[in-house]
Amino acid sequence: MKVLVGLGSCGIAAGGKKVLESINNSVKENELNIAVEPTGCVGMCFYEPLVDVIDGDKKYTYGHVNAKIAKEIVESHLKNGQPLKEYIIYSNEEPDIYVVNQLKIALENCGQINPENIDEYTSVGGYEALKKVLTSMSQQDVIEQMKISGLRGRGGAGFPTWFKWDAALKSGGSEKYVVCNADEGDPGAFMDRSVCEGDPHKLLEGMIICGYAMGSNHGVIYCRAEYPLAIQRLNIAIEQARENNFLGNNILGSDFNFDITIKMGAGAFVCGEETALIESLEGKRGMPRLKPPFPAQSGYWRKPTNINNVETFANVAWIIYHGPEKFAAIGKGNSKGTKVFALSGKIKKGGLAEIPMGMTLREVIFGIGGGIKGDKKFKAVQLGGPSGGCLPENMLDTPVTYEDLGKTGAIVGSGGMVVMDETTCIVDVTKFFLEFTCEESCGKCTYCRVGTKRMLQILNKITEGNGVMEDLDELENLALSVKDASLCGLGQTAPNPVLTSLKYFRDEYVAHIMDKKCPSKKCTALLTYEINKEKCTGCTLCARKCPVQCIEGTVRKPHEIVQEKCIKCGNCFTTCKFNAVEIN
Amino acid sequence: MCNNCNSDEMINNFVDEEIDLSPLKPVIEKYGQVKGSLINILQATQDIYGYLPLRALNYVADNTPNKKSTIYGVATFYTQFRLKPIGKFLILQCQGTACHVNGSKEVSQAICEELKIKPGDTTTDGLFTIEDVNCLGCCSLAPVMMINGEAYGNLTPSEAVNIIRNLAKEADK
Repeated sequence: MKVLVGLGSCGIAAGGKKVLESINNSVKENELNIAVEPTGCVGMCFYEPLVDVIDGDKKYTYGHVNAKIAKEIVESHLKNGQPLKEYIIYSNEEPDIYVVNQLKIALENCGQINPENIDEYTSVGGYEALKKVLTSMSQQDVIEQMKISGLRGRGGAGFPTWFKWDAALKSGGSEKYVVCNADEGDPGAFMDRSVCEGDPHKLLEGMIICGYAMGSNHGVIYCRAEYPLAIQRLNIAIEQARENNFLGNNILGSDFNFDITIKMGAGAFVCGEETALIESLEGKRGMPRLKPPFPAQSGYWRKPTNINNVETFANVAWIIYHGPEKFAAIGKGNSKGTKVFALSGKIKKGGLAEIPMGMTLREVIFGIGGGIKGDKKFKAVQLGGPSGGCLPENMLDTPVTYEDLGKTGAIVGSGGMVVMDETTCIVDVTKFFLEFTCEESCGKCTYCRVGTKRMLQILNKITEGNGVMEDLDELENLALSVKDASLCGLGQTAPNPVLTSLKYFRDEYVAHIMDKKCPSKKCTALLTYEINKEKCTGCTLCARKCPVQCIEGTVRKPHEIVQEKCIKCGNCFTTCKFNAVEIN
Repeated sequence: MCNNCNSDEMINNFVDEEIDLSPLKPVIEKYGQVKGSLINILQATQDIYGYLPLRALNYVADNTPNKKSTIYGVATFYTQFRLKPIGKFLILQCQGTACHVNGSKEVSQAICEELKIKPGDTTTDGLFTIEDVNCLGCCSLAPVMMINGEAYGNLTPSEAVNIIRNLAKEADK
């Protein structure tokens, strides 16, 4: 028997550490000889904290565990062999639909092995791909296999991976670099964190194979400082890989040398762009360089450099181990393999889902994610974060591929999938993304620096009820200019949320401008607060909480809001215990 | 003209405190001559002092090949770096997409009203600092805030205020 406790960042945030402590104490008290191991995130964040009990070929998963339930699990299941049915969310005999519809390659070991123990990784076939590469394959062989697999960059742009490796191989010189982009800046995406925390060796193995293929001896992982646990586990993994000669000199008896170091980012979204990332690696402000020359010719310290995202590297060992044809058989058209999405927002089952490319958005959101929280009406799904776009309900049957999503104006991006219901205002969400890109623009290109700010001003004007119809044309013109006149991906894609929302949700903009109304009741300047006389008990609580004293009335008599004085702070709405304050 | 062009304004961005520079010496010894390590130096400096004090930055400029202007440029480019000290409790308010659609704005408003400061500032008693962050990666627990490394999820405005009041009470004891 073996027990696994999910201790990714999300598991810890939900209280996983207390659960682990409780299980350990209880196992000791009962003098049981059972291994209790921490593991990474299995992706079912909505059930966290999670505990797996593996008993022979049976596996039970407990969800929403707390310290008390953990103790019960030990006493009933571990000690007496009686599974606690009421807390089990699924078992391998009755799997959850969330798991059944997924296909795991990049995340196959996350939540299954102890990420801090290299033996667990090797016991599931880890580093076998590296052995195969070093003993039987040439550099060209590896690149050819990547070409057959059809793997494309998972960070956003979807550029063929083999092409970048090949370009770096063809660049001469003995000093070359493999860089892993673990600067996951898209708010709402966390699959790279999950790989680094849950299966760090898989990332290392992918980087080492890449190093061999392009003829590099140095690898650098550029990781977000906001991910301390990921950095800690990567450091442990690097140390273990060195001890086992998967890193270092003459790896596994070959004449290939390779080592990996970690550099911490310092918080800048633009550093997800590869040339800005290189500047940051060199200790400078992360401002993008002009391309060409591309990093494959002149990158880190002006040497040939190949940069891939974490999820891309996490696919490499699987491709070599299982064969590229098997990978290429998954997917649709030129989008091969799987992609990990982070489901969040107004969705029932939020978490990580790895799906075969070509699945439709509807299958992902309703089939895996379980549909909308509180069974409200679906309004939009936002893909690709600040660089992506919002798609409406009639586009839910779009297959998730680079080509199909690209045609809609949204992008696959890094894999953020934020679901919105009828209470979400699209104009407000668009404003939110522009606030983000405006703040994160490095300031190098005028159109990006000033253009995003001007667009934001227009959106503010609209949400405050001062918009005119000409603003929409102005917005569209600006968006197209910013796209054309920006150097890097940040500026080129920053207008996408504006363009897609104008395309699919124009009526919401019109409602804000012409009717001065926010259909989702989000934009406070366009709302009025009123007291329902029938529900009001005259408790005076709202009048006392009102910062501008605009609520009039006497005790035990219905109160009234003086609209001219009201600043729409919403205090009365949140304080009323009788739901008497209504928003119109 | 931006705020940074006026040198008086610029100096106001810093805090010039009397500090002990000795813990900084090993950092300079380790990284001082390694090219491209300015960010590592500033991260280590912030680990020591909790922020980047003016005197520490001057010391870095005097003892490494980096110019003052370069150091200021890097220190103000990245959100991680702070030029002012923080309070006992650092509240990181997640403003990621999932948190935004689940009501992080209302939570943030309630916290700011309770503490009577805005994001980026510290209360006068030195107890709380509020900062907005882009994403804490706990999207399924949205809206989320993190106080001194511990995450609090599924917040409502009143719950968030209660958590802060409890911390203030504890600190008072």
